[in-house]
Amino acid sequence: MPHDHRLKDPYTELRLFRNRMLVAIAGVIVLLGVLVARFYNLQIVNYEDYRTQSDENRIQVRPVAPTRGLIYDRNGILLADNRASYNLSIVRERVRDLDATLELIGHLIHLEDSDVAKFRKRMKRRRPFEPVPLRFRLSEDEIAHISVNQFRMPGVSVEAELVRYYPLGELFAHSVGYVGRISERDLNNFTQEDVRRYRGTRSIGKVGLERSYEQRLLGEVGYENVEINARGRVLRVLDREDPKPGVGLTLHLDARLQQVASAALGDRRGAVVAIDVNTGGVLAFVSKPSFDPNLFVTGISFVDYRTLSDSLDVPLFNRVVQGQYPPGSTLKPVMGLGALEAGIISRETKIKDPGFYKLPNDPRIYRDHIRWGHGDKVDLVQAMAQSCDVFFWDMAHRWDIDDMHTIASHFGLGAKTGIDLPTERAGLFPSRHWKRNARGVPWFPGDSLNAVLGQGFVLATPLQLAVMTATIANRGTHYRPQMVKTINGTVQPPERLHNLEAHPNHWDLVFEGMEAVVNRSDGTGKRAGEGLDFRVAGKSGTAQVVGIAQGAQYDSEALLERHRDHALFVAFAPVDKPRIAVAILVENGEAGGKVAAPVAQMLFAEWMSRPYPPVETARDTGLTGRAGNG
Amino acid sequence: MANRDYSHRLSDMDSSLRKPVSLARRLHLDVPLLVLLLMLACVGLGVLYSASGGDINYVQRQSVFMCLAFLGMFIVAQIPLDFYRRWSIWAYLGGCTLLLGVLLFGTGAKGAQRWLEIGGFRFQPSEMMKLGVPMMVAAFLHQRAQPPALAAVCGALVIVAVPAALIVRQPDLGTAILIAASGLFALYLAGLSWKMIGAAVAALMASTWPIWQWGLRDYQRQRILTLLNPHDDRFGAGWNIFNSKAAIGSGGVYGKGYLQGTQSQLDFLPESHTDFIIAVLAEEWGMRGVLLLLLLYVLVIARGIYISFMAQYLFGRLLAGSITLTFFVYVFVNIGMVTGLLPIVGVPLPMISYGGTSLITLMAGFGILMAVGTERRRVHF
Repeated sequence: MPHDHRLKDPYTELRLFRNRMLVAIAGVIVLLGVLVARFYNLQIVNYEDYRTQSDENRIQVRPVAPTRGLIYDRNGILLADNRASYNLSIVRERVRDLDATLELIGHLIHLEDSDVAKFRKRMKRRRPFEPVPLRFRLSEDEIAHISVNQFRMPGVSVEAELVRYYPLGELFAHSVGYVGRISERDLNNFTQEDVRRYRGTRSIGKVGLERSYEQRLLGEVGYENVEINARGRVLRVLDREDPKPGVGLTLHLDARLQQVASAALGDRRGAVVAIDVNTGGVLAFVSKPSFDPNLFVTGISFVDYRTLSDSLDVPLFNRVVQGQYPPGSTLKPVMGLGALEAGIISRETKIKDPGFYKLPNDPRIYRDHIRWGHGDKVDLVQAMAQSCDVFFWDMAHRWDIDDMHTIASHFGLGAKTGIDLPTERAGLFPSRHWKRNARGVPWFPGDSLNAVLGQGFVLATPLQLAVMTATIANRGTHYRPQMVKTINGTVQPPERLHNLEAHPNHWDLVFEGMEAVVNRSDGTGKRAGEGLDFRVAGKSGTAQVVGIAQGAQYDSEALLERHRDHALFVAFAPVDKPRIAVAILVENGEAGGKVAAPVAQMLFAEWMSRPYPPVETARDTGLTGRAGNG
Repeated sequence: MANRDYSHRLSDMDSSLRKPVSLARRLHLDVPLLVLLLMLACVGLGVLYSASGGDINYVQRQSVFMCLAFLGMFIVAQIPLDFYRRWSIWAYLGGCTLLLGVLLFGTGAKGAQRWLEIGGFRFQPSEMMKLGVPMMVAAFLHQRAQPPALAAVCGALVIVAVPAALIVRQPDLGTAILIAASGLFALYLAGLSWKMIGAAVAALMASTWPIWQWGLRDYQRQRILTLLNPHDDRFGAGWNIFNSKAAIGSGGVYGKGYLQGTQSQLDFLPESHTDFIIAVLAEEWGMRGVLLLLLLYVLVIARGIYISFMAQYLFGRLLAGSITLTFFVYVFVNIGMVTGLLPIVGVPLPMISYGGTSLITLMAGFGILMAVGTERRRVHF
């Protein structure tokens, strides 16, 4: 480095320094201006934007699930309730030693290995400040054990959640149905609007009224604005729009009558439907065997589900609306009325019954269920009372199937009844047109003989039979069957679907025949009227499960129990001013008069003990309250 | 060379006879500067209390640092400037050796070695060099005629380049640039010719592309890209800057109120008690708070410039000027970074951010400033 020989000059130095420093000061001022301008830009010009950004950061909108609407029977007995279910949850962040805590909990309450395994799996997906459930549905004792030892387990808490509860259990499993956790499939079917409405809700109606009235029961989701920190932990609620609870439903169903119907059916498989003749309201709705709907609410266990779904008795099957059975002789009143109206028969028509019937030019022999026949002068009333098949075969042979089809459809056969329940089946009443389309073959005269007796192609659900019976009792006024009586206190008006014009004399004759079924000494349904101080009209029926080979003897002993005929009985009461119509199906019950008619008797006895018209009362608390007061 | 200022000594005796020396002057304290620094310290502790989420422990610890730093400043102020000038070469060489040591035996975090552990003490030699480099440059130029000849300029550049290069290797580009800047300020204030400045600026601009391409590491390039497009990666690299801007902007003119800042109190603001602390102030006190703080800084800088103007010798003058300008650079870089004007470099906000090391260095700098300001007057103008 060459040496600098200039002299130091303090004045030059100072001048230079000041010169440079002044330039630097100018630079400082400019840069300070930049900073001030920047703050002006951020805090004043774009204040609104950043205010919004910061609010979006800290405020999170959280859905608040509405309370599901309650379901009551007609007397205010609670059928579907919401109950607090207590779950044990752990907040990972606050637990010092997780393994030790889990072990301690294991000493206090019952804890399956699978609970712990599922908990560890769930924990991985949640953030450390979120409570992770360990055990669901704690008992009172378990809650007490946890509470007493809470101080030893920081981060462990018992949390309440409202879940559906069905106090009467399996009695209403098929009518009220049940809710379950929203499944993947439910989610796939959700519309945009559904996605919004189900925010915060974990259950959805799966079966029965819970499903058909899902939209009303659900309610409207509420929202709350919560302040969260950067890790998403909720610090406080800023404001809240309350959810609107779902509407309450009051059903036509009567818990007491339902219980009587269920008890009357006993351990047998079958279905019982009772309908209020004047409104179409469904008073009893029993499908047996049933199941405990509470199992499904928070998710049914695999074992429980397998037990139910693999059972030979198919308890999950709703026999009332999904079971399609040949209605058998229960169709006779309707067929008789139709034939009267069509002029095929009259009050005077009498036939000779040798115990069998043969179509012209057909070698096949149609056997009556009484081998020696019903006598030489069988008229319509006797044919109904004793269920004489030959009378109806003769009638059917002379009658056009499409006329039969028309009269059947006036009574709701072959079409869905339109009840406010999902998954209803339509049954079937054949016609020429139907057979050609469905089977590709023309109508044979033998088909008419089967159809008139409710066999062959004919299928009906127990509900359809009840509606048919109620329509007979109403002398042609056909109401849509209804489960729900009031929605949120608003009475649902009865819906008249159709009014059949028929000659009053013809109605009288049909009533006479059905009354004879119950009241004549040789009637097949005598037991339906036993011990009652009002008159009952009915019709028994038997539905073949297995076709019987030509010429073979009917031997029930030799058949397996499940191959025995189904027993059917339809009835209404009282005859002069009908109030209730019932349809009873007992699977493999063999004879309608013997097995099904007594069920009708019990229903009538119970229902007719009530004042009429029914007094609207405040909601009762006990099952027996209403009936006892009446 | 040693005996060239007889006249100064004579006049010195003269002045001390004329005027009684105040207590503050005898204690080598510059009262306006001291008052401003105390005010800044109070503001700092107040903001820190909020920024730490109401954690008094942080405030207590920072108060201890403050006390130590003021004590350090006081001690530094007592030492005559001549001593610094004579010993600066050794301090500089020692600092360079330690920086070399950091590269060889250093410890650190996040992929950078910045710390040196000797006998249980952990310290950052780069902190030391924040004062060591401008001191060495000032001492070097002090002996030479001004404006500095080319040879002197080259010498000064070497003095700056060696530690800067060592710090870049740690790697700590931010600190290296700031240390280089402090040395270059001294050179600039000594009267570096505009031609040379112009040439340097031109060279720097020309090398922008090569530096981007080869001189920067990936994370450094990412920081610059983030600066240009903070919304590109809001929840990743852009998170800090997105949230600090939201905090500042949402403060508006009047702020959300002390301890009421949602961004800072709800942990949306990262590093809220260290590098990003001004965002807390801006959110809770609004623009008035920011302007007040900037005013305090401006007054400190003004006082520093005044002291440098009044300095007796070139060494003190250059050193005081360099320290003052560097102080401003710290303020500007920190605020520029938090408001999204500059890429993110780890520079704390002087006197406000939590942390002891940088505070002590900073206050030592002010101690030197006070030593310059209270230097015995020997010359009258």
